[in-house]
Amino acid sequence: MGEVSLIDVTKHFTLRVGREAHTVRALEGVSFTVRDGEIVALIGPSGCGKTTALRIAMGLETATAGRVTVDGKEVRACGHDRGMVFQQAELLPWLTAQENVEFGLEMKGMRGELLHQTARRYLELVGLQASSNRRPYQLSGGMQQRVGIARALAIDPKVLLMDEPFGALDAQTREGLQAELLDLHARTQKTILFVTHDLDEAVVLADRVVVMREGRVRETIPVPLPRPREDPATVRGRPEFATTRYQIWRAVHDLPVTVH
Amino acid sequence: MAETADRSSLARSAAVALTTERRSGMPRWQITAISLAVMLTLWEIFGRQINPVFGSYPTAIAAAFWDLTLSGELEKALIQSLQPFCVGFGLAILVGVPLGLVIGRFRAVEAAIGIYVTAGYAMPLVALVPLLMLWLGLGFAVKAAVVMLMSLFPICINSWLGVTAVPKSLIDVGKSFVASDQTILRRIVLPATLPYIMAGIRLAVGRGVVAMIIAEFFTALSGLGAVIINSANNFDTARMFVPVVVLMVLATALNALIGAIERRVAPWQAEIAGRDRR
Repeated sequence: MGEVSLIDVTKHFTLRVGREAHTVRALEGVSFTVRDGEIVALIGPSGCGKTTALRIAMGLETATAGRVTVDGKEVRACGHDRGMVFQQAELLPWLTAQENVEFGLEMKGMRGELLHQTARRYLELVGLQASSNRRPYQLSGGMQQRVGIARALAIDPKVLLMDEPFGALDAQTREGLQAELLDLHARTQKTILFVTHDLDEAVVLADRVVVMREGRVRETIPVPLPRPREDPATVRGRPEFATTRYQIWRAVHDLPVTVH
Repeated sequence: MAETADRSSLARSAAVALTTERRSGMPRWQITAISLAVMLTLWEIFGRQINPVFGSYPTAIAAAFWDLTLSGELEKALIQSLQPFCVGFGLAILVGVPLGLVIGRFRAVEAAIGIYVTAGYAMPLVALVPLLMLWLGLGFAVKAAVVMLMSLFPICINSWLGVTAVPKSLIDVGKSFVASDQTILRRIVLPATLPYIMAGIRLAVGRGVVAMIIAEFFTALSGLGAVIINSANNFDTARMFVPVVVLMVLATALNALIGAIERRVAPWQAEIAGRDRR
C-alpha cells in the first residue's frame, strides 16, 4: 500500500519587505489524494505553491492548517514511508555514488553487508553499477539524478516525492530519464507524486495532473493513456497526448476548457 | 538508455582526464625557487652595504645559525618554543572547531555565545599577557595559554561561518531521511564545513607563531623569543635574525602540511573548485 493525501492544507507565512510585513498565502485549502501505485503530477506557474505542497507532504515544512496522511495515518514530520528526490539531486559531494545511496539506508538503521548489497542493487536498478565509486562531481547531471532516485527508492518508501526532478537537465537527458522512471514504476509499482512545470512531462508520466494556481487546486485532469505506457516517443504521437496537453495548458493559463 | 549513459560517462571521463592533464610550462616549485634565489641575492648585495647593527644579510645569518646550532642553543630554544605551541594550538583546534560548529548550527547558542567570540577575536591579547603571567607564571603554561587564545578565535569564527554557508538543501537531505540533529551535524555539516575549518587553521598558524614570540618576549627566559630579544639587546642583529627566519620557514612548512592534509581529507573541494589557475 502507499496512498498519500493532503487534506485542506493551508500555509501562510510572513515575509518582511523593508519595514512592512506581508502575509503570504502560499497554500489555501489544498486537498488531493495520490492513490496506491498512481503517478500524479503537480503543475502550475512558478510561485503557485506546488513545491511548498510537496515539501509539506514530505514533512520538510509544516502546514499552518490541514493534515497530511500516508495510508490514512496522519504524518507530522519526515519519515521513511516517504522518499524525496530533490531538484538538483543534492548528493553529498564527499561521498561516492554508492555511499550516497548507503547514507539513506544507514539513517534507516541498516548496517553491514546487507547495507552494501542493498545500495548496490539500487544502483544497478538505475543503471549505474559501473560508476558506484565516483563522487558526484565526476558524474553528469543525469547520472547524479539517477543516484538521487536510487537513494530515495532504496529505503523502500511507500511514496516517492519528486521536486522537479528533471528540471535542471537538458532535453535529451530529461526524456531518457522520463522513460527510465516509467520503467522503474512499471517494475516497482511505487506511488509517485512529482512537481513539474513541464506540460509534456506531466502528460507522459502521470495518471492524473493536479493543476494549481495561486495556492489553490484549480483542476484535476486525468490522462487517458493506458498503463504500462508505451515509450515516450510513441506517446507523444498519440492524439490523446495533444488534447490532454492542451487541456492542461488552458487550465494552467486560467482559460475555460472549450475545444473549438 | 544504457547506451546514452555510457556515452555521457565517456565524455565525462574525457573531461576529467583533460583537467588532470599536466599543464606545459615551468613547474610551480621552480618558479618559487627562482624567486627565492633572486630575493636572497638582492638581500645579500644590499645588506652588506649597511652597518651590521642596523641590518644583516643571508651569509651572516647563516654563520650565526651555524654557531647557534653548534652550541645547541637553537635546538634547546626551538624545543622550548614548539612544545607549548603544539599544546596551545592543539587545544585551540579541539575547542575552536566544535564550538564554531555548535554556534553556527544552533540559533540560541549563536545568540548567547557568538558575541564573545566576535569580541574575543579583536581582543588586544598583548595587553593581557602580563596579567596571564601573574596567573600562570613565566613558563610553559603561560605560553600555551597565549598561543591558544590567539589561535582559537580564527579557527572558531571560520568554522562558524562555514556552518552558515552549508547549503540548506543538504540539511534537507538529512532531514528527509530522518537523520537526528547530531547525525546531521556529524555527517553533513562537519564535512561540508571542512574546507572552512582548514582555512581557519591556516590563518591561526600565523597568529599562533606571533603569540608564542610575544609570550617569550615578556618572559625573556626561554625559547626562540628569548634568543631574539637577548640578541637584539646585544646589538647582534645577524643572530637576532636566526629565530625570525627559522620561524618563517616553520610557519611556511606548517602551512604546506595543512594544505596537504586538506587535500587528503577534503579531496572533493579542490576538484569542485577546479583550482586551475594560470
